[in-house]
Amino acid sequence: MNTSKNMDYADRLARQMLRRTFLGKSALGLGAVALAGLHDPRAIGADNSRKGVIDPLPLPRKAKRVIWLTMAGGPSHLETFDPKPALAKMDGQPMPESMTKGQQLAQLQGQALVCLAPQFEFRKFGTSGAEICHLFPNIGSIADDICIVRSMTTDAINHDPAHMFMNTGSQIAGRPSMGAWVTYGLGSESDNLPGFVVMISTGVGRPPQPVAARQWSAGFLPSRFQGVQLRGKGDPVLYLKSPDGVDQDGQSADVTAINALNRMHQKRVDDPEIATRIAQYELAFEMQSSVPGLMDIRDERPDTLEMYGCTPGDGSFASNCLLARRLAQRGVRFIQLYHRDWDHHNGVREGVTQKALETDKACAALVKDLKRLGMLDDTLVVWTGEFGRTPMSQTNKGSAGRDHHNKAFSLWMAGAGVRPGMIYGATDELGYAAVENVTTVHDLHATMLHLLGIDHNAFSYKFQGLDARLSGVEGAKVIKGILG
Amino acid sequence: MNPMRMIRIPYEVPVSALIVLTCVMSAPKAAFGQNSAESEPVRFNRDIRPILSDNCFYCHGPDKNHREAELRLDDRQAAIDAKVIAPGAPGESELIARISSADKDEVMPPPHANKKLNESQKALLARWIAEGAPYERHWAYEPPVKPAVPAGVNGIDFLVRKKLESAGLKPSLKADRRTLARRAFFDLIGLPPVPDKLEKFVADPDPKAYERLVDQLLRNAHFGERMAIGWLDAVRFADTIGYHSDNPRNVWPYRDWVIRSFNDNKPFDRFTIEQIAGDLLPEADTETHVGSAFNRLLLTTEEGGAQPMDYRARMLTDRVRAVGNVWLGQTTGCAQCHDHKYDPFTTRDFYRLGAFFADVREADVGRREDGMPVPRPEDESKLADLEHRIREIETRIEPQLNQEQIRWEAEITGSAERLKSLKPDDKATPAAKAEAKVVGEALKKARGDRSAKERETLQAYFRKAEALSHPEDRAELAKLKKERDALTATMPRCLVTTSDTPRVVRVLHRGDWQDETGEVVSAGFPSYLPQPDSNGRVPNRLDLAKWLVSRENPLTARVFVNRLMAQFFGHGISKVTDDLGTQGEPPVNPELLDWLACEFMDSGWDVKHIVRTIVTSETYQQVSTATDELRRIDPDNRLLARQSPLRLDAELVRDNALFVSGLLDMYIGGPSVKPYQPEGYWENLNFPVRSYDTDTGPAQHRRGLYVWWQRSFTHPAMLAFDAPSREECTAQRTRSNLPQQALVLLNDPTFVEASRGLANRILGDLPTASDDERITWAVRQVLQRKPDPDELKTMKSLLDRHRSHYADDTAAANAIAKAGQSPNRDGLAVQDIAVWTHIARVLFNLHETITRP
Repeated sequence: MNTSKNMDYADRLARQMLRRTFLGKSALGLGAVALAGLHDPRAIGADNSRKGVIDPLPLPRKAKRVIWLTMAGGPSHLETFDPKPALAKMDGQPMPESMTKGQQLAQLQGQALVCLAPQFEFRKFGTSGAEICHLFPNIGSIADDICIVRSMTTDAINHDPAHMFMNTGSQIAGRPSMGAWVTYGLGSESDNLPGFVVMISTGVGRPPQPVAARQWSAGFLPSRFQGVQLRGKGDPVLYLKSPDGVDQDGQSADVTAINALNRMHQKRVDDPEIATRIAQYELAFEMQSSVPGLMDIRDERPDTLEMYGCTPGDGSFASNCLLARRLAQRGVRFIQLYHRDWDHHNGVREGVTQKALETDKACAALVKDLKRLGMLDDTLVVWTGEFGRTPMSQTNKGSAGRDHHNKAFSLWMAGAGVRPGMIYGATDELGYAAVENVTTVHDLHATMLHLLGIDHNAFSYKFQGLDARLSGVEGAKVIKGILG
Repeated sequence: MNPMRMIRIPYEVPVSALIVLTCVMSAPKAAFGQNSAESEPVRFNRDIRPILSDNCFYCHGPDKNHREAELRLDDRQAAIDAKVIAPGAPGESELIARISSADKDEVMPPPHANKKLNESQKALLARWIAEGAPYERHWAYEPPVKPAVPAGVNGIDFLVRKKLESAGLKPSLKADRRTLARRAFFDLIGLPPVPDKLEKFVADPDPKAYERLVDQLLRNAHFGERMAIGWLDAVRFADTIGYHSDNPRNVWPYRDWVIRSFNDNKPFDRFTIEQIAGDLLPEADTETHVGSAFNRLLLTTEEGGAQPMDYRARMLTDRVRAVGNVWLGQTTGCAQCHDHKYDPFTTRDFYRLGAFFADVREADVGRREDGMPVPRPEDESKLADLEHRIREIETRIEPQLNQEQIRWEAEITGSAERLKSLKPDDKATPAAKAEAKVVGEALKKARGDRSAKERETLQAYFRKAEALSHPEDRAELAKLKKERDALTATMPRCLVTTSDTPRVVRVLHRGDWQDETGEVVSAGFPSYLPQPDSNGRVPNRLDLAKWLVSRENPLTARVFVNRLMAQFFGHGISKVTDDLGTQGEPPVNPELLDWLACEFMDSGWDVKHIVRTIVTSETYQQVSTATDELRRIDPDNRLLARQSPLRLDAELVRDNALFVSGLLDMYIGGPSVKPYQPEGYWENLNFPVRSYDTDTGPAQHRRGLYVWWQRSFTHPAMLAFDAPSREECTAQRTRSNLPQQALVLLNDPTFVEASRGLANRILGDLPTASDDERITWAVRQVLQRKPDPDELKTMKSLLDRHRSHYADDTAAANAIAKAGQSPNRDGLAVQDIAVWTHIARVLFNLHETITRP
């Protein structure tokens, strides 16, 4: 389906009626006042849902929402999910030139290429017997719930473009992030929270690679679909807190006056934008109390906090995983977590050990928790970096590390109809290149959209004369082999 | 895609039936330039090309590598030869058969393309073929033709009304003077009118009072600031490099150059030439070099492991996209990998356009240089004086010193021992060692064989260490040069264009920078546009710049006036302001677009003339309220039977509040500033970890266009109001209406402080006034009108509420009365400040306040 028609409709909605906001809130939730001046009852869905432009869905919907765990920096597949005993035997020996000739490398470009053995032992987990690095026993404990893809590839080889490619399907800035695409397509189910939420954590270690706000931008889609960053420190949402000296009653009095005056103005000029403005003020005021409530995890049971491994207010990845579950429960459509500092050019052994400590338990807890709540059936969880790392050693400083690598990396997915307990695809014997069931970032996007009930080929937006798609123009394929 | 096999299927739908259908289906769109009546012939560009382009060209268009069944529909002869179109005979045209087919294996577009023609489109195609299937070149590639306009009539009004008449509409009433003033002030200088001056204007009996006001505003030095906003978006001006570490770079003098150019009404052709080739002009100077910073505004990286050739390719494409977007209004990005699928822009065109910039000196990877010193106005006379004195001495003593150097060279090269004495000992500084090495190398060569660097180093060394004559002059010279260098070191810097040996440019297959098999190309103009005569030589950037603003170029003038119309009416005559290509929108009023484009060129690319023509038109001066009928017939106001209320741009939302509060620093130009920003907003930046040093003093309260533009984390109050990150060129901002905007206006310290500033004015300027008088005065400051009784009542009851609250809570009153850096006026009670800060805050949050009427 081409969405340009839908956009005409959406444009009309925007003009004549309340816009669905970045919170995806419909008119009904706002009280009768906000409805004054609305012309078209079609704007207000009878079921109070906040529909996206795709309605009805062309495909059966498996996933209602997505939780995307971005391991920023590029985790080594060779120390996580892709066991390579043959590489261990090659430790210290030159990498076969036939493999690497003419291929794109980052910092190792032009240097002698020497194999570095996998730094850790792998173990078999679950009835499926999936081999996973022993540093991740908790993820191992959910091996029968997840599908590991060992044949991922990407186009980009530096962090910034690679994140852009993973998030937007393009290495050129200005394209919408997948969370924006999904909320644009499907709308939001939350009354008072953004449809697309981003949280970032940094563990122990050196100052990590930067992450730019463009990674959750709405690009050329309307601004209301942009990701909203929830922050562990300071205001959880920018400008959420009332000024010093203004309490909630004072704020309420001002907002009430602002809206009363706006309503008077509306009578004079009859501009539909004013109705929207009034609604946005009510919503903003509502957020000022709902968001801090959401962020406060002290009301969780102690055993839940223990399962995730977090303490309230610590801003950790574990806390963010728990918050992701809370956001999912409140109907947020797309939740993206970043955990930084997986960029192990050196010290891959120490680095991955530390990152495993910070993420293993919480990732597994999230999946188990969703399962316990019956939400794993319709929540898609994705764990991935922006690229993988070389089987070759990088030794310019400190202990050995690995360089950026785009020919192979691993990810895992869980829930929402993804086949559990499965290993999909494979790399060559040294873990250099994906060779079996090679999978691209566009395939991954297409698959995610498929699970959400969207035909990725038909999901487009007119931008600079083109039907721009998240899954690109080059024939992305849904990864059928991992669908349950 | 399925090749379009040549088979006959029954022609099922009679043309006459389709025609009837067309009239019914297209009736509501009649006003918008779509074909309406059977009597009016189908027009290819208006009616047919949009259908073919959107539905067919992807597989049957200009891209030869992606063409299916060897069929192209963008070329009439090819379509006829392929027997797909039989002019005059839709029943014998394969095209009609295929689009009407019920067989999913035959129908076009094929189901998997996710494109579907509606009945009205099918009928139009059939009618067009019945009428002989005439083609037209794409409208934007034809030179604009200036329609005749009666003498003494504003061309905009004449052509808008002509269009309205054909749609059965009438123009709206003229807006009142208060509205007109508020509109013109925001549109032309980005600030609201001051109430007293406004009253004079409202009461002015001169029927030409509005025209006089417009002329005043066009002469106002803030005009350039207002106009700069859109241009800076277009050229993606920002203070940081964009990628990864997103570190700072020096470009703000370019921003001031843009402001100055609009203020001085620099002709747009000159404005263009200085940006693209200001360094290559015979009369190049500081000013034109600063203009050439345009070529440096692209994204760059310092990321470790970034491959030079990768980023060299990215930067080439970045520059092509920029020229395509800013001047040509063409989407070029797709041609990086393949021929354009809709427009005749080929991959070869893309790289040839990129080759114009191959000489721009630019590090592939790594930190940008500091740039050229740019004298501030106060530096200029001192610098000129120093330069003059240096030149005077040099002219006087150089000839003799040169003779002396020649003699010295002969002596020293003749003596191995003396040569040896030039070698520095181990204790010498690295700089001295490096110098000695170059000197040694230079002396080994004949004078004519030395490189520029060797010549310069040797000359400097000789004058410093070996020369004997003119000792006093040389000492004076050294002193003057030191003084000049010291002065230069304090000057602002700006990245500018320096021409260097051109990089080799290849066509990259599928955009792959590692593929070195592509054809090496030299600079050249897009093949589908009129070609200038280059007298057989390879054209350079200056030729490109001149070609962009030549009379023969059909695009540039249209692109610019279309964007001006968008600025003053909310949308362009062609809505897609960054794509005048076939996938863009045909102009809703082509005659108007062409008239403006021609008028622009005829006037000598006079920007103020066109702006004046727009804002003094009666079309511009209409009310912005819509009747129900108008809203129904033309909801988007494409036909301009009224004005449109427009939410202020992000920068102006800020400027307005600071201006009315009395806090705005009106200084024009200078380094970018850092106003209040939420703590930790930059925490995810690194290399290095960044702290945000909030400005104090006047720098805290400057206009929005001077706010530090960090591409990866653009100031959040600006982003909330749709300011772009300026990583890519932005032809037109969106205008959203979001809860974040409410949070910014309510809680951002900038707006809280502005509210307190206005409270200070209310209390300080009207020390003895009643509440009613104070509220009325404040409303006049913010909205330039009197409050209604209902409004007054609402604000008075709010006043009472806050009064009783803060009377009991001095701590709270103290807190809000101290928001921000600026001091309160002496002698005001904190409770009063707190209470009136709330009234001001409510006023700054009103929809009307942030709307240009």
